[in-house]
Amino acid sequence: MIASLLAAAGDWVAPTLDYHALAPEIILAAGIFAVLSIDLFLEPEQRWITSALSGFVMLGALVTVGTLAVIGDDTRSMFGGRYVSDEYALILKALFLVAGYIVVLMSSDEIERGRYHQGEYYVLLLTSVLGMVMMASSRDLLSIFVALELLSIPAYMLAAWNKRNSRGNEAGVKYYLLGVFASAITLYGMSLLYGVTGTTLLTDLGSAITANGRFSGVEVIAVAFIVVGFAFKISAVPFHQWAPDVYEGAPTPITAFLSVASKAAGFVALVTLTFVAFPNAEDVYQPFMWVLAALSMTIGNLYALRQTNIVRMLAYSSVSQGGFILMPLTVAGVDGVGESALKAVVVYLVVYAATNLGAFAVVIAVARKTRSGEISSYGGLFGYAPALGVLMTIFLASLAGIPPLGGWFAKFGAFKAVLDADTGWGYSIAIIAAINTVISAAYYITVMREIWMKDEPTGDTTPIRTPPSLGAALVITCGATIVLGVLPDIVGRFGDITDLTGALGR
Amino acid sequence: MDVISDQNWVLSVGTFLPLAGVLVMLLIPKREELLHKQIALITALATLAVGIYTLVQFDYGQAQSLQFYASTEWITVINSGYTIGLDGISLPLYFLSMVITVLVMIYSWDHIPSPGNPKAFLILMLVLQTGMAGTFIAQDLILFFVFFEVVLLPMYFMIGVWGGEQRQYASLKFFLYTMFGSALMLVAFLALFYQTGRESFSIPFLVENGINIDEDVALWIFAGMFIGFAVKVPMFPFHTWLPDAHTQAPTQGSVILAAILLKLGTYGFVRIAIPILPQAAVKWAPVIGVLAVIGIIYGALGCLAQSDMKRLIAFSSVAHMGFVMLGISTLTATGINAALFGMVAHGLITGMLFFCAGSIKERYHTLEIKRLSGMLIQMPKLGWILGFCAMASLGLPGLAGFWGEFPAILSAYNPAPQLDVTLFRTLMVIAALGTVLAAAYLLWLYQRTAFGEPNPEFTGHGHAHAVGAAGNDEHHSDIHDVNIYEWVAWTPLLIAIVVFGVYPQLMFKVMDPAVTQLVGVFNP
Repeated sequence: MIASLLAAAGDWVAPTLDYHALAPEIILAAGIFAVLSIDLFLEPEQRWITSALSGFVMLGALVTVGTLAVIGDDTRSMFGGRYVSDEYALILKALFLVAGYIVVLMSSDEIERGRYHQGEYYVLLLTSVLGMVMMASSRDLLSIFVALELLSIPAYMLAAWNKRNSRGNEAGVKYYLLGVFASAITLYGMSLLYGVTGTTLLTDLGSAITANGRFSGVEVIAVAFIVVGFAFKISAVPFHQWAPDVYEGAPTPITAFLSVASKAAGFVALVTLTFVAFPNAEDVYQPFMWVLAALSMTIGNLYALRQTNIVRMLAYSSVSQGGFILMPLTVAGVDGVGESALKAVVVYLVVYAATNLGAFAVVIAVARKTRSGEISSYGGLFGYAPALGVLMTIFLASLAGIPPLGGWFAKFGAFKAVLDADTGWGYSIAIIAAINTVISAAYYITVMREIWMKDEPTGDTTPIRTPPSLGAALVITCGATIVLGVLPDIVGRFGDITDLTGALGR
Repeated sequence: MDVISDQNWVLSVGTFLPLAGVLVMLLIPKREELLHKQIALITALATLAVGIYTLVQFDYGQAQSLQFYASTEWITVINSGYTIGLDGISLPLYFLSMVITVLVMIYSWDHIPSPGNPKAFLILMLVLQTGMAGTFIAQDLILFFVFFEVVLLPMYFMIGVWGGEQRQYASLKFFLYTMFGSALMLVAFLALFYQTGRESFSIPFLVENGINIDEDVALWIFAGMFIGFAVKVPMFPFHTWLPDAHTQAPTQGSVILAAILLKLGTYGFVRIAIPILPQAAVKWAPVIGVLAVIGIIYGALGCLAQSDMKRLIAFSSVAHMGFVMLGISTLTATGINAALFGMVAHGLITGMLFFCAGSIKERYHTLEIKRLSGMLIQMPKLGWILGFCAMASLGLPGLAGFWGEFPAILSAYNPAPQLDVTLFRTLMVIAALGTVLAAAYLLWLYQRTAFGEPNPEFTGHGHAHAVGAAGNDEHHSDIHDVNIYEWVAWTPLLIAIVVFGVYPQLMFKVMDPAVTQLVGVFNP
């Protein structure tokens, strides 16, 4: 046994590492150690340095993503195609890093006020972002799983950050238990798939599944299990129950992080798997995705209508938006539709990230004054804090899909993809989505009505002081929301099918 | 369709200039109210100047071609371009939107509705202006859709924040109706895109290729656009948002709504639905015609039942837009010319009526017809202006309203050859009855409010509430005749009503070449 292992080890050659391609990950890893060790030597009142440093680490990694995009080969493949830095990976890495940076901006004031474990907070945040960045490049079941755990485990801890608050504890425990359960299901699915096909490399899986022309029962179960595991991560109905409680209990910047970055990471994994590993399994995943998408948008909307707490409302809204992002995947396997389906998902993720992060930034700013998450506490906001009122209006209108704000193009792309398919599945999901677009407008407009047309419930109309870092987050997200809506071509050129190496068996 | 691309910057400047004013105003604190009014007015005037320049530079000899045409890539992934142009159909409406915005700005100088905040109010108005002008120049369906929607939120807030008692209900109704309509419209646009080979959303392109779409499919696509536009017009039975929105909106909002926003719907029919899908338009025309005539009669009867002056004017809009839609449904040059004229005339006249209603409300704090009387004694000038507008609105020959209604009715006598003559002649008779009803409700309104002795409640030496003497004096002192801002804001409209009434050719000759080209397909 040992002899045979040793014999095999003899053939082992060190893989060639493309350090440029790995630069974002290396910078993040180095940043994690730097923040962790510097934190040891800081006085409590100097702890803000960890926040600033984390921000710089994200930006530094972002710079290398930029250089990767312009210098040299677009596609850099390592470890026999198990870890690939192609354009698809780069745009998503950029998305995660910018989202991470905005979360740092949103956090700095919130966490400083809490005055404990600032350094650890940022270390966990950076680690989670590292997991996401890895997820974008992972093209192997194992590396996808490692990335998934790397991004999830810090998130479990961050969700429970308000440890003296029972809701915070509830959030952490719930998220952890359900998350681990979902990971286990994913892993079980992966092991089945490996058992049947004998490979973990996604491109090999792509050709191995239905190699003999038909599905084996095990393959169906394996694909279904893997999708379920990620459905939890993207809080698709019926795997969404954790989301509202966790979102409400976690610190608001972390809620924003979970609802945008962590969700996007789940989608990235799903998209990579769908296009690279399951191109022949469309008969299994398409109906599955259809059910998830239809349920997510409908149930998410119906619950969102009933919420009185803004964070819970945004939680259900993000469940519903998740349904829209899933929508193109319900037809991804139809001939010729893969292109617009992939583009629709990538565009939606980018636009949704900008908009939703912005909405949460306003929630943080307003909560500084009102100390409340109730929607009714937004009454009269436009009167005493017009800037925040207008910003929230812009973000909500974008989520509702009203032009000329980013959300309209995202929704448009999703509709276009399913109509492109010209199948009964596509048309039926489009009708469901169209009805849901109008329903969702109702709850977004409830908040706008509070902001513009109601009076401040307590009569306290002192202006809100927005800390500069939070202001910067608002400016970035608002600018992105408007620009992406007016000039959608900026993001419309991302997410080409050729960007994703090995997609659809190419 | 021919295009002329000289001076292709003109339309973009005219459309987006208001946003420059918005940017400046955003940087100035809210308390500088006077400064905000000045900047807003200057921006609107500058926009109007660009509009006048457009009017001067427009080549009237080629009014059927798209002029100042510009086209660049915008969203390449869906082959949608930033394609803009202006022809004889859109020019009057484009210019009207600029004029109305300026006049409304002037009116706002001392009429900022409660709860104040001119900064926000004027910014919303400038954004509205961009949306309106943009809709009239867009020659790409996606661009059209975006501008069409840009109008939605500012109007929602204008009604919801600065409106009357029931403002929240009215604004929500407005929002959801329009949102529902535009969702269907967008689906129809997408369907057009697919049915014509996924090549372009450009309107000239689709006009050339839309005719090849299968008739069954075309009927459905037309249905989608029909509902989207009909909600905006509004046509019976999609009109129920209008009386609420109009009644609750602040004066400025009502004026813009009546003068421009309703026209976005009718314009959509003339610019998009009919030229792109003539084969479906022929099939749908009887439906449109019947609904239009129901609207005429229903609106008139609704007017007779109203006790609130503003609500009455709102219902009269339903009736007037019925005439416009009747003209469009005949698919003839006469009918569509009349409809386009009617849009502008209705904008001028009903806009003016809403101005009057706003000023009356400001003075009497009520618009209940029962309580108003003797306006000619208390405020002779305002009383006469109201009378003038009522006459114009009922279609008195010599004033602008006549040239919208009369040819529309006339055109129904001889609809396009593909249409059922008997049906349209029946519609013609019923519509003619509608004009009688219009005379009835407008004259009755005028008689009740302007004639007779002033209501003692408002004369100061009255009865019951003399107890609250101080309050009463204040109340009474509100009642004054037309002031200078009102004169400045209203005179251009009053002059235009007369000028277009006396010399309608001024507008007909601009529109006719484009309209003739448009209906050419129905009269081979």
